[in-house]
Amino acid sequence: MPTNDYVAHAPGYVNNEGPKLVTKRFEYADSFTLQRFLATDGYTGLRTALTKRPVDVHNEVRGATLLGRGGAGFPAGIKWGFLPPGKYPYYLVVNGDESEPGTYKDRLLMERDPHQLIEGCLIACYALGLSQCFLYVRGEMALAQERIAQALNEAYEAGYVGRNILGSDFSVDIVLTWGAGAYIVGEETALIESLEGNRGMPRLKPPYFPAAIGLYGQPTIVNNVETLANVGWIMANSAEQYRAYGSETSPGTRMFAISGHVRRPGVYEVQHGVTTFRELIYGDNFCRGIRDGHELKTFIPGGGSAPWFFEEHLDLPLEAGPVGAAGSMLGSGAIVVMDETTDAVKAALRVVQFFARESCGKCTPCREGTRWEEQILERIVAGEGRPSDIDLLLDIADNISPGPYPVAAHHAQGLEAVPFPPKQTTICPLGPSSVAPIASTIRRFRHEYDAKITKRDPIPLRIEVLA
Amino acid sequence: MTDATNQGTDSSGVSVTVNGREIQAKPNELLIDACERNDTYIPRFCYHPRMTPVGMCRMCLVEVDTGRGFSLQPSCMLRVSDNMSVNTESAVTKKAQDGVLEFLLINHPLDCPICDKGGECPLQDQTMAYGPGESRFIENKRNFEKPIPISDTVYLDRERCILCDRCTRFADEVAGDALIHFMDRGAKTQVNTFPEEPFASYFSGNTVQICPVGALTAKPYRFKARPWDLQEVMSTAWVDSVGSRIKVQASRDQVLRVLGVDADPVNWGWLSDKERFAFQALNSDSRLLSPLIRRGSTLEAVGWGEVLERVADALAGVDPRRIAVIGGARLTNEAQYAWAKLAKGIIGTDHIDAQLGDGLPAEVVLGLPRASIDDACRAAGTIILCGPDPKEDLGALYLRLRHAVLHQGTTLIELTPQRTGLSDLAAHSLYPRPGTVGEVAATLVAALQDPDLHNPDFRPGSAQKQAIYAAAKDISGPVTVVLGRASLAESAAPTVEAAVALSALEGVSFLSALRRGNIHGALDAGLSPGLLPGRTTLASSAERFANVWPQVPSEVGYDSSAILSAAKAGEIDVLFLLGADPSNDYIDGELASAALANAGTVVAVDVLPNDSITAYADVVLAAAASTESAGTFTNLEGRVSICEPIVAPAGVSWPDWMIAAALADRLDSDLGLDSPASIRSELASVSAIHSALSEEVLAASPVDGVMLVGNGDIEPPRSTGVTSPLNDRYSLRLLVTRRMYDNGTMLRHCPASQGQIAALALRLNPIDFEKIGVREGATVRVESARGYLDMVVRVDAGVPAGTAAVPWGTSGTDCRHLIGVDALVTDVRVERL
Amino acid sequence: MSFFTSSNLDLAREIVGRYPRPRSALIPLMHLAQEQHGWVSVDAMRQIADLCGVTAAEVKGTGSFYEMFKFHPVGSYLINVCTNISCMLLGGEELLEHAQYRLGIAPGETTEDNMFTLEEVECIAACTEAPCLQVNYRYRLRVSNTDFDSLLDRIRSGAEPDLSKHGTLTNVRQQIPIDRVANIVPPEHAREMPVWLHRNEASTTQAVN
Ligand SMILES: Cc1cc2nc3c(=O)[nH]c(=O)nc-3n(C[C@H](O)[C@H](O)[C@H](O)COP(=O)(O)O)c2cc1C
Ligand code: SF4
Ligand code: FES
Repeated sequence: MPTNDYVAHAPGYVNNEGPKLVTKRFEYADSFTLQRFLATDGYTGLRTALTKRPVDVHNEVRGATLLGRGGAGFPAGIKWGFLPPGKYPYYLVVNGDESEPGTYKDRLLMERDPHQLIEGCLIACYALGLSQCFLYVRGEMALAQERIAQALNEAYEAGYVGRNILGSDFSVDIVLTWGAGAYIVGEETALIESLEGNRGMPRLKPPYFPAAIGLYGQPTIVNNVETLANVGWIMANSAEQYRAYGSETSPGTRMFAISGHVRRPGVYEVQHGVTTFRELIYGDNFCRGIRDGHELKTFIPGGGSAPWFFEEHLDLPLEAGPVGAAGSMLGSGAIVVMDETTDAVKAALRVVQFFARESCGKCTPCREGTRWEEQILERIVAGEGRPSDIDLLLDIADNISPGPYPVAAHHAQGLEAVPFPPKQTTICPLGPSSVAPIASTIRRFRHEYDAKITKRDPIPLRIEVLA
Repeated sequence: MTDATNQGTDSSGVSVTVNGREIQAKPNELLIDACERNDTYIPRFCYHPRMTPVGMCRMCLVEVDTGRGFSLQPSCMLRVSDNMSVNTESAVTKKAQDGVLEFLLINHPLDCPICDKGGECPLQDQTMAYGPGESRFIENKRNFEKPIPISDTVYLDRERCILCDRCTRFADEVAGDALIHFMDRGAKTQVNTFPEEPFASYFSGNTVQICPVGALTAKPYRFKARPWDLQEVMSTAWVDSVGSRIKVQASRDQVLRVLGVDADPVNWGWLSDKERFAFQALNSDSRLLSPLIRRGSTLEAVGWGEVLERVADALAGVDPRRIAVIGGARLTNEAQYAWAKLAKGIIGTDHIDAQLGDGLPAEVVLGLPRASIDDACRAAGTIILCGPDPKEDLGALYLRLRHAVLHQGTTLIELTPQRTGLSDLAAHSLYPRPGTVGEVAATLVAALQDPDLHNPDFRPGSAQKQAIYAAAKDISGPVTVVLGRASLAESAAPTVEAAVALSALEGVSFLSALRRGNIHGALDAGLSPGLLPGRTTLASSAERFANVWPQVPSEVGYDSSAILSAAKAGEIDVLFLLGADPSNDYIDGELASAALANAGTVVAVDVLPNDSITAYADVVLAAAASTESAGTFTNLEGRVSICEPIVAPAGVSWPDWMIAAALADRLDSDLGLDSPASIRSELASVSAIHSALSEEVLAASPVDGVMLVGNGDIEPPRSTGVTSPLNDRYSLRLLVTRRMYDNGTMLRHCPASQGQIAALALRLNPIDFEKIGVREGATVRVESARGYLDMVVRVDAGVPAGTAAVPWGTSGTDCRHLIGVDALVTDVRVERL
Repeated sequence: MSFFTSSNLDLAREIVGRYPRPRSALIPLMHLAQEQHGWVSVDAMRQIADLCGVTAAEVKGTGSFYEMFKFHPVGSYLINVCTNISCMLLGGEELLEHAQYRLGIAPGETTEDNMFTLEEVECIAACTEAPCLQVNYRYRLRVSNTDFDSLLDRIRSGAEPDLSKHGTLTNVRQQIPIDRVANIVPPEHAREMPVWLHRNEASTTQAVN
């Protein structure tokens, strides 16, 4: 048995064996302080960057093939290159709204190592000429906000953020903003709306690609917390060293949260692209298998939005390409494992319910369709299903996301994991995401639906009100 | 914010394949528009061509291939590009659209039979055309509390709402009154107002018109009719001078609804609520249904024969210089010409004035280079607003100007005496103290010619001068001056000075902001002392008219103020009130009342009773309203458009032109005019500017109307050299401005505007307010050289320091006792009680 | 009448000043209002509207989109039980049921003593530690029914000092020293290329201290 295990001051994080690029400070109880950060190579990436020309810093990140960790997996260096020249000001918006079911790497990064994130932001701003940075943190993450506020206060005081950083001509403000509870605000254009003081309703891409028309209509880079957390390491070391980890197309490491029916659920830093689902779920260094006496039924490989995987997918590597080709996505790095005790219909209902509750309400198919799906599934689970309901569900799904689902998977060749234009009747992928659990479970566990419908064998719905 | 309406300017086309057929689209055009122009209609709910597309309803999804294979795209948000291929009929497109329709219907109540929108509802139409026969939705529908009033005129039924964002977008983006908004999220999303803050917008009625379902309904129309019972005609809104194009709808000989028409150069389909709901006054019980003659203290109904006899008797043998006419802006162009001919050509008096002392001299309106609304709204141009707040006075014009400044980048510089509805968008608001606008305008013009203007080291002196220089620096492109009377407590002279000064700017043009209905038609018809029809003067055209009219007045007559003074002095034997109410509507109420009391015979020609009629008229000639008689209207640009009648004249009322003709007949003369068309033809023959206005030309432009061009032979105004008096440091300068809702006759009889007419109150800058030392809402005494009034005081940072602002036309007490009628400006003192 | 206390009003103005456009401060100010008052009142929204240059309807429209803002009074302790997929698999729903039973209220309701408000929430990002909940947005992980009971007892007896009062999210606030502010201006005043980008042309490297 390896000795590594849970880290008491970072509940959920498992300090397993393997290279640690972004979680290396997690073992220290005071990892979030400036003092510890500086004592462990902190801000050397920034110092290195400031000695270079901005364009060279950008090229270094481009060379590292740092894939975005927010879900779409788009290379950060390439995205950074989309800023239209001369249309100043440019803004940086950090997506710390992490709300995808099953996901929680960003929260740990913000709580345990806020300076690492700040350093990443500063380097991005320096490289691209971004004149202000907004760090948007999910509202419910009080500790993360506290730690970032503390870190920013220290960093401002010590001259790492603000005017004339480290005595140079580089000046940038980082403003911490709290969200207020809305999953959809994780979608980058909705996040921008929210930052502008609006309802978090996504904008249509095109034309509203943030890099072209973003915050206040200005070119804006939106990056995920984990993406930026990698940038300091890349600058402090090099793109070349970064690429020594992980696979050719997915270099570096990546954080995964594996939850559900495994023996050692947790958040792990894993080599990107080389580790397989089987190693992650069954390996001794990771989750150590399905809980005692049970066996795998299905698992969700990339957060609530991803189509579900089964036994036969276990040997796929944690890499966008192969996972996409197999019909799902790595998404936000959240794996939810279900054993044979799981009621597939009930589980599908719970995920659909999430999307119905979180729909922003802008697109008719998502607003009405997800709620309708939820109502039908509730009825089936309550033993009130009709034989026609399955076709109805599939047809509603088709009206939200026409054609073979998910299109993302079918187009996912190489790095451009979110294809444009997508086949969806909605503005953003939230509505279509609700189709994943329905299509997955109907395809694989149709007998469970049939059993509920024909035998009228209800699982009682939760008791809502108690006498 | 992108511009919702302007297409690219490049003239080369873009070729797009639609369902296998090649069409030519305009560059940058939205696909939905390009298809529609080429006879392929794509269904839609949220898209509205006058607002930024939001792509919300998803009904307009079509399959589009831009080189990477077909995908579903909202055609309302997609701009055309070369070689784009579109399929609006493919199985995928149809399935997507049917899907959206089904989603919209699952939670939509099936109350079409009792819904106002039933019969003209796109959702209903779509469903009938393509919808599934039977619902697959067996769950419970969403429900909300039944219709809630969100303002005095608008009801909201949230169950019917399909969340298209049209009303909310309109409120925010077009009107600038973001008082209704989406609330909550997802399937619970609803449109609503802030608790206890109604959707109090002058433009609320537009939301009812653009709601694609029956979620928003207007009180005046609720449950009144079904669309298939309605007849409709094209017409022109008559309550102000914008001349918004409208459709008037009626059923069983009653006007039930007015809708805005999208006239591209005018109102874009929008209307102020005043324009939309004023028709209610014409349906009111107080309409004048027959001629009346005063017997003792009462006005008694009589026949036309008797009443015409009575007027003819009163006129018989009277020196024309003892006969006068006030008013005429209510009338159609045709009636105005008929009355001009009757008064000047038959009776022989030149004492005729369509303005009531609150306008501008005719040469200022007619003698300067003219601008259209589109000219003012040029993207690269500058608007200098030198007049009233357009939001209060000319609602539909306000929406156009707002759009230009907000969405097209037109520069706005305000020379208004206080904050206006556009101030938030203005590049500079100079707020000259009442009386000084001429001096400020002159300084602005001088600054533009100052070689030091762009010298960064130059300091122009006083703070005001610095502000003026800063504004001058930002003037770019062609300048349009929107010119009108900003304050009723200030004579027209300072505005005239400003106009004269600004006319020196190169390439400048002027858009009149005179507000009274068809006032521009009246000036064009010669309803002003010294004028003759066709933008010409007695001095230059008397001879020409002497050949076509029986006679022409020999000398220039009195304006309204002089007529009233003469009447007060007993020098007027017959006074015609042509839709005028001096008692209530002239700046000096006491003079007006004395004049009416001392005039020999007061003859009122009107549609509704007013204060002057009830107290003073000896004879009332009941006139038909603009929905009841044919004619044309000339708006503030000089654009002529049609008013078509849709209902019969109320009671035995007659069209105004016919009254003039009948009177001429009684005077043993012949007006020679027997129909509106015959009047138009005579006008075209006597007036060069009207000469192009043939029936064919009018018919060829049923929506946009026809612009009258040129200034005829009116000379531009000249400076009189007045400068404003200094006021002592204890006094505040009085500012009296109009609001959209005042106690005018029309609004008083219009249920929809009840409750919107404000009470008298004083508004002061916080600095001046502090000095008085009372609480907000306390009553103070406002005293001028003329008299005093007690009123409530409020703080308003939009009123510049040194100015005391009160509204005109309030309910109850009005401010007229304070105004120094003959003075250039009025200064007041404010004292705590 | 000001809704915000005078120190919070100063803070509100400072927050507005951190954004290139005042409207961006709308959500932060709603948090501030909730911190002061426990929930967002009509007066609060009116004042926020003034501070951000929008209408009150826009404030309500934006605010009501987000779960965390409460427009009615809630209990001093907001207990958010997660029942999303990972928690559901390991007893989240049962925990919620137990919580209902213990507190005698349904999700969305507040106990009579105004002590607790119970909510069923979506994933709160602690999935591997299921079932989990938050009390005033502070985590409690792998919560059994007995853990829940003793949590209530400890809250009642004041033995959970890390739980702030409802509305207060964090005890540390960002502070930007005036002399350290780089350049926060409306976008239209920041059209110039940032100075350090000029280094792309000049090959001079800069001293960094
Ligand atoms: C419905 C939806 C929810 C999303 N939620 C998140 C999120 O919580 N956090 C995140 O970083 N990205 C989220 N994304 C992805 C973002 O839109 C965006 O792609 C990402 O922040 C870009 O950062 P990256 O390039 O660094 O990955 C979401 C996307 C969608 C469509
Ligand atoms: S798909 Fe759903 S969440 Fe996304 S924009 Fe449309 S309504 Fe909003
Ligand atoms: S009309 Fe295009 S989405 Fe509504």
